Amino acid sequence: MEPRIGVFVCHCGINIASTVDVKRVVEAIKGYPGVVHAEDYVYMCSDPGQELIRSRIKEKKLNGVVVAACSPTLHEATFRNTVSQVGLNPYRCEIANIREHCSWIHTDRDKATEKAIKIVKSIVEKVKLNDELLPISIPITKRALVIGGGIAGIQAALDIANAGYEVILVEKNPSIGGHMAQLSETFPTLDCAQCILTPKMVEVGQHPNIKLYNYAEVEDLSGYVGNFKVKIRLKASYVDWSKCVGCGVCMEKCPTKVPSEFEMGLTTRKAIYVPFPQAVPNKPVIDRENCLYFKTGKCRICEKVCTFGAIKFDEQDEFVEEEVGAIIVATGYELYPIEKIGEYGGGKYKDVINGLQFERLLSASGPTGGGVQRPSDRKVPKRVAFVSCVGSRDPELHKPYCSKVCCMYLTKHAMLYKHRVPDGEPIVFYIDIRSDGKGYEEFVQRAQEEEHVTYIRGKVSKIYEDNGELVLLAVDTLTGEPLEVRVDMVVLGMAIVPSPAVYELAKKLKIQIDANGFLTEAHPKLRPVETLTPGIFLAGCAHAPKDIPDTVAQASAAASKVLEMFSQKELQHDPMVATVDEDRCSGCGVCVTLCPYGAREIEVKDGKRVAKVNEAKCEGCGSCIAGCPAGACQQRNLKDEQLVNMVKAVLE
Amino acid sequence: MEGFEPKIVAFCCKWCSYAAADLAGTSRLKIKPNFVVIRTMCSSRVDPEFILQAFLNGADGVLVAGCHPGDCHYVNGNYKTLRRVMLLKKVLEQLGIDPRRLRLEWIAASESRKFVVTIRKFVDELKQLGPLRLEAGDDNGSNG
Repeated sequence: MEPRIGVFVCHCGINIASTVDVKRVVEAIKGYPGVVHAEDYVYMCSDPGQELIRSRIKEKKLNGVVVAACSPTLHEATFRNTVSQVGLNPYRCEIANIREHCSWIHTDRDKATEKAIKIVKSIVEKVKLNDELLPISIPITKRALVIGGGIAGIQAALDIANAGYEVILVEKNPSIGGHMAQLSETFPTLDCAQCILTPKMVEVGQHPNIKLYNYAEVEDLSGYVGNFKVKIRLKASYVDWSKCVGCGVCMEKCPTKVPSEFEMGLTTRKAIYVPFPQAVPNKPVIDRENCLYFKTGKCRICEKVCTFGAIKFDEQDEFVEEEVGAIIVATGYELYPIEKIGEYGGGKYKDVINGLQFERLLSASGPTGGGVQRPSDRKVPKRVAFVSCVGSRDPELHKPYCSKVCCMYLTKHAMLYKHRVPDGEPIVFYIDIRSDGKGYEEFVQRAQEEEHVTYIRGKVSKIYEDNGELVLLAVDTLTGEPLEVRVDMVVLGMAIVPSPAVYELAKKLKIQIDANGFLTEAHPKLRPVETLTPGIFLAGCAHAPKDIPDTVAQASAAASKVLEMFSQKELQHDPMVATVDEDRCSGCGVCVTLCPYGAREIEVKDGKRVAKVNEAKCEGCGSCIAGCPAGACQQRNLKDEQLVNMVKAVLE
Repeated sequence: MEGFEPKIVAFCCKWCSYAAADLAGTSRLKIKPNFVVIRTMCSSRVDPEFILQAFLNGADGVLVAGCHPGDCHYVNGNYKTLRRVMLLKKVLEQLGIDPRRLRLEWIAASESRKFVVTIRKFVDELKQLGPLRLEAGDDNGSNG
């Protein structure tokens, strides 16, 4: 195509024209090879300015346009739309940035004008070799995968399902509900956690648009935005759930007792078990690790007592494949192991417990029916210490970040303890009190002023046992006094850490995790629920420690991002992707190793190895192109030749 | 070297340093017009060949600017850039081009001031180095 390029130089009022001699730019570019027309106008982006461009394209039969104006960030889309209105391919229009990168940062009019001419020439060189492109259309599978069935996953799944799209919800445990199901009451309203959560769990279980895979894990993921293929491992439960009616006789008769995960080890469960009475689905699984039959080859009592023939000892893990268009990762958190805090006797003293254990002691459905008893001797503790920032805000030894919820839940714990044990004495040790949510500060004030909770500013240095009591050594940093406080029980506000499985999962999904193991968002301010991999979103504590309101808000935000995708007929993708000259390609595969998106593959074609580009996956970074030793890879409209010509033009 | 004004080609990543240069304009910061920006999608699009071409065609210095480590818009392109630039600096040395003429900087979209300071310092350093003379070798006679 013989280039017939028109150059349109904008004054931007005086923004450009006061520093750059626009007339001189027009004159200088008129004779430049490939340029058949050049003119200036006071406001090129105005209606008359755009009309000027459209009419010149027709009159002069222009096949390329350069608008010398402000940054392409502002009006590239505007002018590409302008030229396409008269039939010119939008990718044959480019912007020469002579405002932000020239007139606004320079003062010497002569030199600024010379520089503006160079910028325009370089963009003319680019347009000369620009191809006519069309956006790449990608079909979308309008089904979503939600990984994790805690409150974040539940909320996201319900939002998408209620909008009319199918959702696949994968939960690794036998029941959905996550940690929220373990909580007693929630701050700052003291709503019963189960009362607000279980209806949502039931809704998920019964929703016609939600396919729930509980006791399952994501094994593998392939594909790309709009077109993911996910392989899910359904872990063998050894119970045929289609036959099981949930009568519970098997659990009653099972002779093996193991510590209950749901009750945080405060009580036991059987080897065949439902994690908690309100579980969804309410069907048991056999814990292979602890089942007597799997350990010794004898027992099978559950099988004998099951009148429905639901026990299947020969069951194997199964795999299913599902196609989805978008994924929400909501894999949640764990508490930092208490054993790592040796100076507090974590794991050594029975009455030094973590926050979730105390939740179970407070819960009406917990092992004590909501009456606070200390684990060692079931005595009602008369003094309880609540210690915040255990493992958090400790960059030297543990985690550098703030776990966000501990200040609030320890306040709640102290308050609820006081409600259960009115003559009890709760003491909270803190560094700062962070109460920045709606109604949170008032809640802390209430604990201090109305509920008579003692707050001591100071970090506990050591906890030891003495004569059936626990002794805390600390310094009150407001008075400077060293303290020795004797209590019956200690609750540690442990750091929140990401669910350990998230590391492997992130590798499978090709999403990023940060230095602390949390999932990384695409932009900390403006893209908080997206990952850098298109089509994969995140919600809840997998992203960072957060409370229930923030988790629910983020889950709904992630769901709305998925729905935004699903509201389109097909996805549009920038066509400036990598290309391969198959004759030049030696099939070395360097591009495959360089691509962060898995968009490059080697294919054998007529017995020859050649590199391929998956256009839907390619994000157009150009890494592979610069790395290709054979010069076989190019980027559409940013070819090597274009860039070299641009370099030459600016150095003329 | 009196009156010598070095010519700089600045390859800027669309997502960070290009935007930082835009912000320098929006903030009306002032720099000398010794440089021209060429926009790429990512610093890792910058083929070492472009840098050599710039030197061959009269550039006294080349700046490659990308996102800070860990912040790459394309996951890890900036690490590839880092490797390539480090290698190329060794090659430049062998070609008789002072490797200080090639600069790699991490400039976030918000760091307009860093962009300006980077250019200023680079201009100053290149003034010290003098014009690039490929035929004569790049020592400007200082070693005889």
